[in-house]
Amino acid sequence: MIPEDLRYSTSHEWVRVDDNLATIGITDHAQSELGDVVYLELPRVDAVIHAGGVYGTIESVKTVTDLVSPVSGEIVEVNEDLPDTPELVNEEPYSGGWMIIVKMESPVEVEELMSADVYERFIQEI
Amino acid sequence: MKRTPLLEEHARLGARLVEFAGWEMPLYYAGIVREVEAVRSVAGVFDVSHMGELIVRGAGALDLVQYVTTNDASSLEVGKAQYTLLCDEKGGVIDDLIVLRLEEDEYLLVVNASNTEADREWIRGHNRFRAELRDLSGERAIIALQGPASEGILQRFVESDPTTLRKMHAIHERVGEVDAWISRSGYTGEDGFELFCASSDAVVLWRLILEDGAVRPAGLGARDVLRIEAGLPLYGRELTRETTPVDAHLMWVVHLDKGEFLGRRALLDARERGPDQTLVGLSAEGRCIPREGHVVSADGAPVGHVTSGTYSPTLKRGIAMAYVRPEKAEVGSRVEVDVRGRPCPCSIVSTPFYRAAKAVSTITK
Repeated sequence: MIPEDLRYSTSHEWVRVDDNLATIGITDHAQSELGDVVYLELPRVDAVIHAGGVYGTIESVKTVTDLVSPVSGEIVEVNEDLPDTPELVNEEPYSGGWMIIVKMESPVEVEELMSADVYERFIQEI
Repeated sequence: MKRTPLLEEHARLGARLVEFAGWEMPLYYAGIVREVEAVRSVAGVFDVSHMGELIVRGAGALDLVQYVTTNDASSLEVGKAQYTLLCDEKGGVIDDLIVLRLEEDEYLLVVNASNTEADREWIRGHNRFRAELRDLSGERAIIALQGPASEGILQRFVESDPTTLRKMHAIHERVGEVDAWISRSGYTGEDGFELFCASSDAVVLWRLILEDGAVRPAGLGARDVLRIEAGLPLYGRELTRETTPVDAHLMWVVHLDKGEFLGRRALLDARERGPDQTLVGLSAEGRCIPREGHVVSADGAPVGHVTSGTYSPTLKRGIAMAYVRPEKAEVGSRVEVDVRGRPCPCSIVSTPFYRAAKAVSTITK
């Protein structure tokens, strides 16, 4: 089930918007492709990020991938639970597995992201 | 891609399939971590039918096996197996394999999937002993049952008593309706058995083993983690044509005094000279995982490279095997691995990284 209230990027990140704050994580499809997550490198609070830019890395037993931000802005919160319980990314990709919260510089960027329906078709086609 | 007789079983079990050495194989079913944990605590079952099976038979069989391999096969009685190497004239490793004596004049060579054709042609090219050489790879299946509970599990469907089967020994058995050779061997660092049967019997045997609810299916992802934890080499990583058994601490499977064999001269020299590089175990001190190709440095200077690395769910840290300059290989010393531009501090440790209470690894003395 792909949550209806979120927006999605082509690099399999999801965004939850609350005013000008964007909570970001990776989708169920992404965590499934990765396998069991073991380590994450997450940025510090106050770091500035640009849409399409790498904000960290996520490592599973077999591979490591970049975490790409779908939006630009300042990072105001980072999920402190993740480094010690990385399995949250696999088990709760849309809730407990959230990664960062960004104060968006241009909230209009969200409109370029995919809706749930479009994302669902997107992953079926790859 | 080639398929083993168990591909549909893997699909039905929900396996994530990948290509490996030209074969479509299960990478994992429930997940690599869960499968590693299952093998270390109870038992897992692996389809390793992609591996090559070559038969060497006839009056010249032992002579051919002795000539192309480094270990001494003349010590094998019927039903006994040994780990051994194919080396070239420079002493470089062509493959690592096991040799199992099936009959008086018949030997089964179990080789890596990636090398099956090359090994077969290499052996054929050196067969001046007129032994019969056959490639059974397409007709046979291999199923590995590994884990501390595997003996008890096997007991439920074989007639003979597995408690009497010693490490690196094998018996010819009927398992239900299926005719199989069963060896006490493995690649996980645990107790376990490898079952060899006809391809047409593979599904029956696989399902029979899985009927025991305690056994989990396990894929190549878990297999790679387990063998690294057990400190076992993988051809293409720790063993290549550019590595000698001296480098890889495998001189114990090289019997220089058994008579003439391919690579003997070079290996005598290599042993005299000592290695240019030596295989070590690395244990990550931080939250990082050294992986294949990463450069290893000591005191700011490069001293080697990683050959295999993984996260170890058993040890809860990154572990790796690497070749380093012999003078920098001391256990306990600190090195740094360049992991994607960041330093990963590691200590050199002895292997295996993990030692099970009862192990039957094929590649252990």
